[in-house]
Amino acid sequence: MSRLLQWLFGRLPIGWLQLTHSRARFAAAIAGVAFANVLVFVQLGIMNSMATATLKPYEFFTADIMISASDANSMTEGGNVARQWLFQAQADPEVTLGTGIFVGNTSWPRPTKTLGLTSFGIDPTLPDFLSPVLKPKLATLQLKDSAILDMATRGLPRDEAAAIRPQTPASFEVTGKTVTLYDTFQGGGGFGGDGYMIMSDQTFLSLFPARRSAAPDHILLKVTPGADPDAVAGRLRELISDKSLRIRSYAQAKAEDLKYQQTKRPTGIIFGFGVIIGVLVGIVIVYQVLSTDVADHLSEYATFKAMGYPQKFFLGIVFEEALILAVFGFIPGVLVGTGLLFGMKKATNLPLAMTWEMAVIVLIGTLVACSLSGAIATRRLAAADPADLF
Amino acid sequence: MSDNHPINVRGLNHWFGTGEARKQAIFDVDLTVARGSLTVLMGPSGSGKTTVLTLMGCLRDVQDGSICLLGHELMGAGNALNEALRRRLGFIFQAHNLHGSLTAMQNVQMGLQVHGLNDPEAERQAARHALSLVGLADRMDYLPGNLSGGQKQRVAVARALVGNPDIVFADEPTAALDKESGLNVVAMLKKLGEQRGTTTVMVTHDNRILELADRIVTLEDGQIVSDTSPVRD
Repeated sequence: MSRLLQWLFGRLPIGWLQLTHSRARFAAAIAGVAFANVLVFVQLGIMNSMATATLKPYEFFTADIMISASDANSMTEGGNVARQWLFQAQADPEVTLGTGIFVGNTSWPRPTKTLGLTSFGIDPTLPDFLSPVLKPKLATLQLKDSAILDMATRGLPRDEAAAIRPQTPASFEVTGKTVTLYDTFQGGGGFGGDGYMIMSDQTFLSLFPARRSAAPDHILLKVTPGADPDAVAGRLRELISDKSLRIRSYAQAKAEDLKYQQTKRPTGIIFGFGVIIGVLVGIVIVYQVLSTDVADHLSEYATFKAMGYPQKFFLGIVFEEALILAVFGFIPGVLVGTGLLFGMKKATNLPLAMTWEMAVIVLIGTLVACSLSGAIATRRLAAADPADLF
Repeated sequence: MSDNHPINVRGLNHWFGTGEARKQAIFDVDLTVARGSLTVLMGPSGSGKTTVLTLMGCLRDVQDGSICLLGHELMGAGNALNEALRRRLGFIFQAHNLHGSLTAMQNVQMGLQVHGLNDPEAERQAARHALSLVGLADRMDYLPGNLSGGQKQRVAVARALVGNPDIVFADEPTAALDKESGLNVVAMLKKLGEQRGTTTVMVTHDNRILELADRIVTLEDGQIVSDTSPVRD
């Protein structure tokens, strides 16, 4: 390692030699950086998982424009939209098709736990609004009181989920009505529910008697091929007289939902702060290590100054140490972080995973944070006065 | 003038502290040191000999007067000039100040790397040679923590000399050495003066060295009170 670094720097790798001279301190410093890395990985993992879970319901549908109530900050919350706006929207020459979707929460009481299912009611005669994965299952939904279930529902044993097929359906009661599950699809539990269930709008309305077919939760629209959804949405905002409605392209709705979850919801803010705290912990740990190291070697640095070494030489040593700590701390950090996220995924069934993007971002962040700590620590170098050596 | 007299001090005054605590340490010192000579600065503690040494070695800023070092005026010199001049000097400190994480050879190499040779093998060879000269050929790969006080001081001497400095400034370089080692080190400095023209200015209380000195300058209360050249047989 020394030879490699000497070849890289074109000088003796003093930073490396200093760090490895005190192995216990070096190990503690690496553990500190790794700990900060793990903190950041866990927070980022949860934030990523929240983003994945937030966008998951959007994957079930395909649309170009979505009309929602003013308080609908996400697909699974907010007030209703009058169906008349669907008809009015279709007056635009570039709107080709529209449908209303219903959203509600249902419970499936089970022996060990009651599962919370976010349920969607859709028009089973309009396959164009369903994702390609769900489209083949549409025929099932045309059966009365039938539904398809998210096979990744949290708390539902895998084998039991796999057993739900048209030949071996499963049933349960919702508000006195029996719902029969004939098939499954791949969803995944989020922060709001254990899983998803999709049914026809008629089944939905029978399970939620207070809801009216004239007031879906969202209106989805398709535009003519080649038309710009944002431009059409802009025209619809002019056309529709209820100015409180949120009329956005489907892509924009997804982006705004994600931004809302990450920056306005307490959970998003907390995990965002968690990342910042992890970074700050890392900076403080590395600063502490480097500044102690500089203080311990002041007389040696003063000697080098007396010998004529310029300031950039000392900065080079401190930054060399900072980068070594960053890289050596990152390696155990990414390994432990991956293990923790895997364990958390097993325990919660949330979409938690280490991604390449996360690893690269954290590595770059670690290098930057360690360099920043190094830059702060170099201020102590000023105390190395060669005149004090005599 | 600078070729034959690499150190030329004129009307040097120096103060420490500020305001009412400001105290003058050096009073109107004049000193010219010949090339290749071994000059010993003597005097009681607090007489100002170390202050003069650090001023001549570009380790302190000159406040008043003039020091011409290797042809360059130090009064008002900037960092760049000071650093460039220091690279032409060798320092031997009373406390060896070796880098504890570097082996004896690596410590000596540091005396060469400052010149930016960028030839690790040549550096190692020169360091090996310098350590052999101070009798440490068998301790090259030892860390300072595994060397005795005298051995550390000899490594520091090798580090100061390995870059072939024009001037060596030494502060009690023999304090940690036994009589024989001390005399060997001073004899080596003397020989360098004769062979390469290396000038040595040394602060010492060690009377054993005086017989090797070309010149003995004594300071008291910040002033030169005697300046003699020992007469040899």
